[in-house]
Amino acid sequence: MDKSTWTTKVGLAQMLKGGVIMDVVTPEQARIAEEAGAVAVMALERVPADIRAQGGVARMSDPELIARIKESVTIPVMAKARIGHFVEAQVIESLGIDYIDESEVLTPADEEFHINKHAFRIPFVCGCRNLGEALRRMAEGAAMVRTKGEAGTGNVVEAVRHARAVLGEIRRLQAMDPNELFNAAKVLQAPYELVRHVAETGRLPVVNFAAGGIATPADAALMMQIGVDGVFVGSGIFKSGDPARRARAIVEATTHYNDPYIIAEVSKGLGEAMVGINIDTIPAGQLMAGRGW
Amino acid sequence: MTVGVLALQGDVREHLVMLRGVGVAVREVRLPRHLDDVDRLIIPGGESTTIGKLLGIYHLIEPIRQRVAAGMPIWGTCAGAILLAKTIADGRSDQPTLGLMDVTARRNAFGSQLESFEVDLAIDGIVAGTHRAVFIRAPLLEQPGADVAVRARLADGAIVAAQQGHILATCFHPELTDDDRVHRYFLTL
Repeated sequence: MDKSTWTTKVGLAQMLKGGVIMDVVTPEQARIAEEAGAVAVMALERVPADIRAQGGVARMSDPELIARIKESVTIPVMAKARIGHFVEAQVIESLGIDYIDESEVLTPADEEFHINKHAFRIPFVCGCRNLGEALRRMAEGAAMVRTKGEAGTGNVVEAVRHARAVLGEIRRLQAMDPNELFNAAKVLQAPYELVRHVAETGRLPVVNFAAGGIATPADAALMMQIGVDGVFVGSGIFKSGDPARRARAIVEATTHYNDPYIIAEVSKGLGEAMVGINIDTIPAGQLMAGRGW
Repeated sequence: MTVGVLALQGDVREHLVMLRGVGVAVREVRLPRHLDDVDRLIIPGGESTTIGKLLGIYHLIEPIRQRVAAGMPIWGTCAGAILLAKTIADGRSDQPTLGLMDVTARRNAFGSQLESFEVDLAIDGIVAGTHRAVFIRAPLLEQPGADVAVRARLADGAIVAAQQGHILATCFHPELTDDDRVHRYFLTL
């Protein structure tokens, strides 16, 4: 019997496909998310919108809070570690939860090196803005990737940009002559073997979700139609007027992403969405997506 | 023959790829009317609470029960196995189930993701030799009824595959491997 193999790490992400992973800050919110049909929850002290508003250094959440959220639900629980902070990752692994997000939403602990994720038994998800970044994270051991988007804005534009970049670059690789792939690897700053794999299969070797700015059922369905495998919703649910209803509506829209009649039905009378932020009004130093490399 | 894969959530694509590989037509099933086009149905791996919730909201539970009662073969992998069971242990108390197989499914029977594993497994009457079985936050099956044939057990005796006539349940994921023998077997039911 072999535990924590690459197949089981990637496999858990496969089981989350077509689903919605929701940020929660209390056990009560975690239960609301599970009841609404979330496939997993992200246990946090503050959602990205509050991190953005309050400023300061954002760190791993209190292990006691993560453990209490874990006890409150039967679905998988994820938690965030700072980029490069492998001790936060060790602590989260010791709590026996299911996935770590090495996340740009927290303040990076290392401006050069991400965590060597191969060294862990727990699987990792990492953010990316383009294919090269996605493949570098996989080379470091990420078993799942997600777009960075721009967390805590309720504005889907950056998630769209990043998903289109990743998927468009995959299509370009597929069209290349095998002799061109060596240079493509150099340009993408990614390992040749991964570049060749993507060119041959037309897919990433791991599951690819959208994250960062998804606030409505139509946002979730947009990301699914663009071609991601599932969605993370951070601030968009519990910063809205009726979280339980909005959560369920986003779950339904993610399943029926190709059916505008169902998306229309679930979008009716959802109450107030979170107040969004236009990206060009955010001072450059406060953009989260630029963290990580 | 057209094989449906319940496509509410989970590793739908892996089942579709496996089925196309063995040369059968496939159909994603999200709404009751989609069942009209299928001769068999697979419930994939995923989160059983999510899939169960969506089965209820989109009124799929009764139509699936009726088709299976009328002889449609059905197979559940992992979350799918949980949804086929008469009784769910360690789940949410309000968790919907299809309740088609006379067995109890114990959810997350091994613990968190850190306990997920692969093992070489004999599957009685389904594969010769062994299958490299992938268990991810997997359930176990308990208290099988008299009509239920146990198809596979772990070394400690725990039941991980069972069959009741044309209803098949596996706690592991053949669709995540290169071994299509369990899919081929399902097509013979």
